[in-house]
Amino acid sequence: MKALKIISPGPFTTVQDRGRFGLQQFGVPPCGMLDRHAGDIANLLVGNDPDAAVLEFTFMGGQMEALDTFCLAVTGADMGMTINSTPCAAWSTHRVTPGDRIHLGGAATGCRTYLAVSGGIDVPLVMGSRSTYTGARIGGMDGGILKAGDILARGKGRLSDIPEAIPEDLIPAYPSEIVLRAIPGPQDNFFDLDTFFNVPFTVTDKANRMGYRLQGEAVTRKPGMPKSIISEPSLPGGVQVPEDGQPIILLAEQTVGGYAKAATVISSDIPRLAQAVPGNRIRFESVSLETAHEIYMQQTNAFEKLKKMDLQAKTWAAMGKAFFDDPVFCQRIEKYMLQV
Amino acid sequence: MNRTQNPPKEYPLYDTPEFRLAGDRGLLMAFGETIDPGINARIRAMASHLSRELPQGVEEIIPTYCSLILVYDPAETCPDILIPELTAMNDGLDDESLPEPEVVELPVCYHPDLGPDLLHVAEVHGLTPEAVVDIHTKPLYPVYMIGFTPGFPYLGGLDERLHTGRLSSPRTHVPAGSVGIANNQTGIYPIASPGGWQLIGQCPVKLFDPDRENPILLKAGSLLKFRAVSMDEFVSLKEENR
Repeated sequence: MKALKIISPGPFTTVQDRGRFGLQQFGVPPCGMLDRHAGDIANLLVGNDPDAAVLEFTFMGGQMEALDTFCLAVTGADMGMTINSTPCAAWSTHRVTPGDRIHLGGAATGCRTYLAVSGGIDVPLVMGSRSTYTGARIGGMDGGILKAGDILARGKGRLSDIPEAIPEDLIPAYPSEIVLRAIPGPQDNFFDLDTFFNVPFTVTDKANRMGYRLQGEAVTRKPGMPKSIISEPSLPGGVQVPEDGQPIILLAEQTVGGYAKAATVISSDIPRLAQAVPGNRIRFESVSLETAHEIYMQQTNAFEKLKKMDLQAKTWAAMGKAFFDDPVFCQRIEKYMLQV
Repeated sequence: MNRTQNPPKEYPLYDTPEFRLAGDRGLLMAFGETIDPGINARIRAMASHLSRELPQGVEEIIPTYCSLILVYDPAETCPDILIPELTAMNDGLDDESLPEPEVVELPVCYHPDLGPDLLHVAEVHGLTPEAVVDIHTKPLYPVYMIGFTPGFPYLGGLDERLHTGRLSSPRTHVPAGSVGIANNQTGIYPIASPGGWQLIGQCPVKLFDPDRENPILLKAGSLLKFRAVSMDEFVSLKEENR
């Protein structure tokens, strides 16, 4: 089912699902949506399974034309979505019909925006996932970023008639000062962690889906510790410290590294890191494994609760009058009433 | 977490494996800290045992030069449960006969058109290009680990006579299949990528093909043998492996 025509794609827009798992031993990185929190909620808002593929926009959105009637939702960084030039709220469901023009501008805060469509973006599964891995040119649309003229299909999915929205207090803010919780190790014994856990670092412009290079007071190596280690797998969140002492946080597209890792950012904080932009300040906070696991369970439970919550009822209550003032919503409601 | 004090490097295999945390989803089991066939054999045994009997909650095992990483779901398990299980498994390994490593033979055309640094490597070591080929095709190279790009093998066992430093400036495009040398390492680029290795030839067989039933040709623990082929044979093999 053809769903979307890309009119202008934005600088780095890819198809991503939750990722390609179990293949790191073959050098295939997990990839997947970097801000999984936002991506999961986008899927939830259009009634998709959590493993449905979405579009991930970076810094700038673009323009698309709907080729079908379906629901969509955008989450993550606010790119000021409009449908047919009418502003439409993020973190809520909108129904589009053929010919509708969807526009996403530049990110106000944060940098990654997710767009989910009913049924999910339908591209072939490659090694079990639809995620684009541009490095090996696999997944997504021919392994690459979206281009003008691309036509994206969608899978089968339900169409909700009444818009859903996430309660406002559950929408994350993307501040410029970010605290990332991290567990020391695997090579914590190499470094003076007092500096690492106390000094803020600045996000440089060398930041992409592979990793984020930071800049700040150099993390010092303890005397006698080697400059590098025998290459070992790197998991998302690993904080490598090369010889110059400037940390690199690894993300979803690297499987092996030869630099010692002072700490590993907990999986629950990767979504917030994924929204960091050059110039943002990052501070690492040391947490125990037990605390990290508690946070992991809290996040998992919160999402399960959100899934069960009556989002429609929540919409009316949380959005109140503002919601009814939304002209697109009113148009839709009119259409809907006429259909009934 | 107990961190055992292990003896320094002259004893390559730790008496007991060391466990280190790799975040809230990763557990690293280190067997030593040198590239050593004995350590690697132990890792291979452990990986083969684990893949038959994956502990509850473990999603992935990644064998490497001197360690194994386990990726787990914290909702289902944690290091407190895994460490005793893995320790017991490791202690029980002594009796287990290690499966014979698979030997994979790969054709390589060593020709300056396909290996633009072949003549340079020969010259650096005062060898003829033919001697470079003889030396490079002799060993059974152990595949210690796969990574960097899909299917890229980290090989051990390069003859010292061929150890050659990296290019001073990396190439922006190295074709898929290129066979290269960097210091004491040799390997094959599975996909086209930038790279700074000295290129001595090219392999017509795809190490990575996402459309194949087994997309990745090599796996950690295999032994790799290079077989020199002529340009004609290279061209016809390349055609077959399209």
